[in-house]
Amino acid sequence: MPSAETTLTKERTDRAVPPHPPAPVRSRPRAWGDWASVAWFLVPALVLFLVFVLAPIVVAVYTGFFKWGGIGPLDDFVGFANYTKLFGDPVFLGDLGRGLYLIVLSITVQLPFALFTAVLLNQRLRGRAVYRMLFFAPYILSEVVTAVLFTMIFLPGTGMADHLVGLVGLEGLQGKWLADPSTVMPTLFVVMIWKYFGFHMMLFLAGLQSIPSEILEAAAIDGAGAWQRFRHVTLPLLGPTIRISVFLSIIGSIQLFDLVWVMTAGGPNHSSETMAIAMFQFGFKRYQVGYASAISVVLFMISLVFSLFYQRYVLRRDLSGAVTAGGGR
Amino acid sequence: MNARRAARGLSLHAVVWLIAAFVAVPLIYAVISGFKSTGELTTNPFGLPERWKAGNYTGILGDGMFWRQIANSAGIAIGTAFCTVAASAMAAFVLARYAFRGRELFYTLFTIGLMFPFAVAVLPLFLMLRTFGLLDNPLGVILPQAAFGLPMTIVILRGFFRTIPAEIEEAAVMDGCGKFRFFWRILLPMARPALGTVSVLAVVASWNNFFLPLLVFNDPTWQTIPVGVQQFQGQYSTDYALVLAYIVLAMVPALAFYAVAERQLIGGLTAGATKG
Repeated sequence: MPSAETTLTKERTDRAVPPHPPAPVRSRPRAWGDWASVAWFLVPALVLFLVFVLAPIVVAVYTGFFKWGGIGPLDDFVGFANYTKLFGDPVFLGDLGRGLYLIVLSITVQLPFALFTAVLLNQRLRGRAVYRMLFFAPYILSEVVTAVLFTMIFLPGTGMADHLVGLVGLEGLQGKWLADPSTVMPTLFVVMIWKYFGFHMMLFLAGLQSIPSEILEAAAIDGAGAWQRFRHVTLPLLGPTIRISVFLSIIGSIQLFDLVWVMTAGGPNHSSETMAIAMFQFGFKRYQVGYASAISVVLFMISLVFSLFYQRYVLRRDLSGAVTAGGGR
Repeated sequence: MNARRAARGLSLHAVVWLIAAFVAVPLIYAVISGFKSTGELTTNPFGLPERWKAGNYTGILGDGMFWRQIANSAGIAIGTAFCTVAASAMAAFVLARYAFRGRELFYTLFTIGLMFPFAVAVLPLFLMLRTFGLLDNPLGVILPQAAFGLPMTIVILRGFFRTIPAEIEEAAVMDGCGKFRFFWRILLPMARPALGTVSVLAVVASWNNFFLPLLVFNDPTWQTIPVGVQQFQGQYSTDYALVLAYIVLAMVPALAFYAVAERQLIGGLTAGATKG
């Protein structure tokens, strides 16, 4: 994007002042006339947004206070009973734990891996455009296609994974993968890396390319080695990109559904269940819609509190001009 | 010195090759396995097929259901992109270029949408769509998808609209051009690259969406490709080679689109991420 500003900053109202010469009189009616014509432009987006984004949250909060099977009148008001039940349920607490597990792995494994790949592909390397395109390709595929592909690969007995570990003498893994509670989460995480690391790599590449080469050259002249240049010049300058990447990984892990639903449906025995899977199970399989709504609300609150906190305390310094060169063109 | 550099280059290539294998092997495995029978897939998982049989692929391509799903996905993606971009462009226009009371409030409202995971809204959305009678109706997928696409699209387009100099608008107004005509005849044509980028993003998001179409479409005539893939896997769960052939064919449109629109996609995604 050619824009050279972050969009969350509030300065530059000067630009947005109506460009026509100020009308001398009738200032108030004119303002209203302006408002009316502005409103015409806002209405379609506003209606869509209110009806399909904000209203569902309200509906979820409301139905979360009822015991309700999804059909018929909402008349069994239970107050916060759904929530107390939820936080007394070890499976749901496990869902929270598994969300945290995926977040931690994303940040400690996937992110460094993506950064490493980006640094590799930022060097002069024959065919790097091809590699870049290949590494990003899984991100374009739908989660379902990815999930079915890896279901086949991890199929006990016939799948490619079983044969592969057989070749290197790790027979202990055979038949496990997605089928065993002790291996299902790491296996899922491998699939997540396969699917998403290319996206983070692209973010890092855009960030790396926005670092002026003069700075690195200056550091080299001052005698900094390759590792020192990376550690003390590149890494700090990538700060904003890293913080965005962390943010997106966390939001993505919190709401993970498609991959898990198609590969394991949360099994075996809840060992790969995420919050979104629990919500789907209760809402659409067990017809405890009130309870499922409460799960939606908890998911929402977690995302909201996290986002606000993160934007307020972590992204704040980036929003006043540091990431501006992003855009990857 | 030269030998050291060569060695370094070699190890660099080896590492990149390793990563490339990690990404590519599953894909190649799927393509090749589609040419085998399921029996052969079990006994000979890695090698090339003894006899390349295209039967799995041609069978699926001869099936009307597959094409129906492709058409549904395409129609819904285009509808979603149109609604998202049209509504966002109008909103972004006034949010970028006019001072009016509550402007920042509206803009903040839309940006809050960036923080809402789709999964949060899916259950109540389903209840609402059922009340509106939009189940088994493509609009039941298009409108919510468009709504969830608004925040990102508005952020990107507002940024772009702000870069168009005020002098152009002043000149147009001098010539008696109204707000709407300026928007339609001057601003939109100038913003074509940005509109292309956000349309591509909307198409890809819609094409890959699974959760909502899964809930909205009970009637198989409306099912989209991701839902179809999942159903197919359920139906032919033991015919592994056939399932792999199906997902390979399901990947083709997405990868072809990626090949054509790579620049918009990557530019848009990185811009969207760094600005959101």
